[in-house]
Amino acid sequence: MNLINNRLQALHAQYVASLRKEKRLVRSYQLLICIAFFTLWETASRNQWIDPLLFSSPSAIATLLVQKVKDGSLFLHTSVTLFETVLGFLFGTLLGTCFAALLWWFPRLSKITDPYLVVLNAMPKVALGPILIVALGPNFSSIIAMGTLISVIITTIVVYTSFREVDPNYLKVLKTFGANRWQCFKEAVLPASFPTIISTLKVNVGLSWVGVMVGEFLVSKQGLGYMIIYGFQVFHFTLVLLSLLIIACLATVMYQAVAWFEKKLMKNR
Amino acid sequence: MMSFLVVHRVSHTYFTEKTAIPALDNVSLSIEKGEFVSFLGPSGCGKTTLLSIIASLLRPTEGTVTLEGEKIQSMHPSVGYMLQQDYLFPWKTIEENILLGLTIMGIDTQETRQQALELLNRIGLKGTEQHYPNQLSGGMRQRAALVRTMATNPKILLLDEPFSALDYQTKLKLEELVWQTLKDFGKTALLVTHDIGEAIAMSDRIFLFSAKPGRLVRTFLVPSELRQLSPFHARQHPAFSDLFQFLWKELDSLEPNQ
Repeated sequence: MNLINNRLQALHAQYVASLRKEKRLVRSYQLLICIAFFTLWETASRNQWIDPLLFSSPSAIATLLVQKVKDGSLFLHTSVTLFETVLGFLFGTLLGTCFAALLWWFPRLSKITDPYLVVLNAMPKVALGPILIVALGPNFSSIIAMGTLISVIITTIVVYTSFREVDPNYLKVLKTFGANRWQCFKEAVLPASFPTIISTLKVNVGLSWVGVMVGEFLVSKQGLGYMIIYGFQVFHFTLVLLSLLIIACLATVMYQAVAWFEKKLMKNR
Repeated sequence: MMSFLVVHRVSHTYFTEKTAIPALDNVSLSIEKGEFVSFLGPSGCGKTTLLSIIASLLRPTEGTVTLEGEKIQSMHPSVGYMLQQDYLFPWKTIEENILLGLTIMGIDTQETRQQALELLNRIGLKGTEQHYPNQLSGGMRQRAALVRTMATNPKILLLDEPFSALDYQTKLKLEELVWQTLKDFGKTALLVTHDIGEAIAMSDRIFLFSAKPGRLVRTFLVPSELRQLSPFHARQHPAFSDLFQFLWKELDSLEPNQ
């Protein structure tokens, strides 16, 4: 008996070790790609294989980064953009979910508004940018509105669909206890739709970045979008690429935060 | 003296854009307090429709249902309903699940809470309070669902094929447990099934339905020697197979196009 146990333990240890090996292998390849990319970029730029004026180089970007951190302007622009994006993202998701709840609550309203939602969804929201800026003023409120607008309609549609697709038997269980509409929503419809809401969160992270970027391009006062448009206008592409890299990092962090939140929320399903 | 539950000339028709489909045609029956009855019939005989009407989840096109002389109109706290599958809420713990009815009805007191947890112990699920449904086996989940239904102390339990999704062994054990629990608490129960053996083993009376539209064809009284036995032992009794053969032929003669 003991012998068998020992044998099983040894096999298990082997299995764990092989899992770990695989994970290490994947990680090292990922790291390798990252290093190779930046090395190649740097070499290509130094040897003039690519135009350094257009494509800059990692070392030039790093130097600029240090300089911008020192004079404090990078922190200002980044925090402005981050603030706008997070707010746009939150507003878009919350408003979208509220609209979805409203449509679920009043089925007739959903029937009536259906064609309008289709039109609004099909319309490119960024085209509303100029109108927003005129209406709300060339400041961060119109940029946040942009970030919100771009995600709110699709959130409404997706979340409403998931509200409607909740297994009717859960509602039946609640109704046999005499539950009213609010109780049905709170106990079954909303919690059953959390996975869908979370997955729209993931999409909305990307969308609100798009909205905020377009907003900052148009308003052109401050923020990472402003840095990009400014760099473009004065032909300072190191600045453009620096902003791009920062945006990529921040968007990844936001996405990971949502993924972490999802894992926490979904642990019992 | 009026019966405990009276179904009086109930008909129901489902409407779609294209047709009107009659599901139940002029069904009348009555059930006494403490009785265990079964609705037996082929699929499409409107058993579940009738159950939904008694639970007032559905308003019949015609006819009335009265419970203890009172007409059932809106959802009644005296009716408990158990579905084919457990439908425990996966995001709630077992404890939260079994207290759900109490919370919804607003009768979540120290006392009712205690009773629900005691029932959970009694049914053999002690220690699972903080578990989530996906940590439990199919039989355990259906038992938890029974506790959820009984926690609100309904006067009549409607069981809509509650054992049909379980494997045979679990099903036999659960039949035994449910039957015993309901007898101990003196509950009236109404079981919908298409399983002849289950109907005989568990009930005192069997209502036989025909399909399309659902009609009540006959009522059978289960012999007293079987009624006194628990489902598992009833299945061993010689009278069981006689009644089984008899009901089999009856059901067979109801099958259309044969």
